[in-house]
Amino acid sequence: MKFRMFFAAALTAAVTLPIHVDAHGFAGKRFFPATLTTDDPFVADELSLPTVTSVPNSTSGGAPQTRETDVGVDMSKRITPDFGVGFDETWQNFKTEEDGSVSGFANLGVSAKYLLLKSDPSEFLLSVGLDAEIGGTGSKNVGADEFSTLTPSIFFGKGFGDLPESVALVRPFAVTGAVGVDFPTESRSAGQDGEIERHPHVLNVGVAIEYSMLYLQSNVRDIELGAPFNHMIPMVEVNLQTPLDRGAAGQTTATINPGFVWSGQFMQIGLEAIVPVNDRSGNGPGVIGQIHFYLDDIFPKTLGRPIFGGTP
Amino acid sequence: MRKTRWLWFICATAIASVQSSVAYGHAMLERAEPAVGSTIEEAPTMVRLHFSERLEPAFSALRVEDAAGKTVDRGDTRVDPDDSVVLEVSLPDLPHGKYRVIWRAVSVDTHVTEGDFTFTVGQ
Repeated sequence: MKFRMFFAAALTAAVTLPIHVDAHGFAGKRFFPATLTTDDPFVADELSLPTVTSVPNSTSGGAPQTRETDVGVDMSKRITPDFGVGFDETWQNFKTEEDGSVSGFANLGVSAKYLLLKSDPSEFLLSVGLDAEIGGTGSKNVGADEFSTLTPSIFFGKGFGDLPESVALVRPFAVTGAVGVDFPTESRSAGQDGEIERHPHVLNVGVAIEYSMLYLQSNVRDIELGAPFNHMIPMVEVNLQTPLDRGAAGQTTATINPGFVWSGQFMQIGLEAIVPVNDRSGNGPGVIGQIHFYLDDIFPKTLGRPIFGGTP
Repeated sequence: MRKTRWLWFICATAIASVQSSVAYGHAMLERAEPAVGSTIEEAPTMVRLHFSERLEPAFSALRVEDAAGKTVDRGDTRVDPDDSVVLEVSLPDLPHGKYRVIWRAVSVDTHVTEGDFTFTVGQ
């Protein structure tokens, strides 16, 4: 009986409580789309399903030529208007010409993020977050670690809509970014071949530079772009990983990812090339594509709003 | 007992999903009259903004300022009764100059968007 009353109360609350009116990626006039390879600076109710990546892996260090294909899902949910949690999971396939292919799930990822600062006039966002890759939840076939890795990060977003009128055409530009450090819970472990592998702390830096046609058409100048170009946001993302210690310091890997996001009313579609900057980073260009749903727009009264708080 | 709990859970989820099945989104500015950033010869008699979603009249706002920041519209902002995605305000006879349109749109599901743009008359 108590259980029924609980569900009745929860359901009543779900359909009657006031809706939080702010949501995915807005700061003043600026709409920040979800970026494909750099974590977003905002807290939102959103679902990326799927994110598909295909890259030829690096052959440096005598590693065999492999093509890695990942299919991932990532969901974020606001607990309060400024605090959200998320999870992500990825199915991976590694294909080699000699040995066929191996597949399996990577470790489960969970995350929490808190929006520290938002300035509408400055189109500025600042958040802090913690990601955790939970060791032992993935498949050994694809090399999922037995240990966990914690990554505290800071995230930022800045639109340039506050620039003077004389440079109005620069206003649609925005930059978002994330900086974090991986802290593995084990400093070393035995690899599959019995060799001891060391696990360094790794600095992760991601930056996305974007030019919003939505912003251009709505706030600067209507250049009469038709669909679908009027909802395009061309962007370039740069992602860099630098081990900091344990024998791997300075062995930086990085990619430059030019592409675009098309943003619609309830979802966006993104597509980017992945271009490695050195031999360690890959053995040729790859590609990433993503379909991303705005849950706050699709389910404004239930799944798409914070569980606690949120007033019009 | 466990089956009963799952049944309640499924029912609650289904009802919540159905009531939210009419999805709305953020009201994005799709088109403006006069056009965003345009220069026009004759002064417009109205500013009309076309959005991607139906608007909530009570909370949506629109005003027009001159280059000195003084409000110049007639103060009769309304959602077009014949087209609820259009927000409009009428204007007096405007002299040549640059004007700024400042808007705040609240869609029927209470999502808020805002923006501003300029247009120039006769220069």
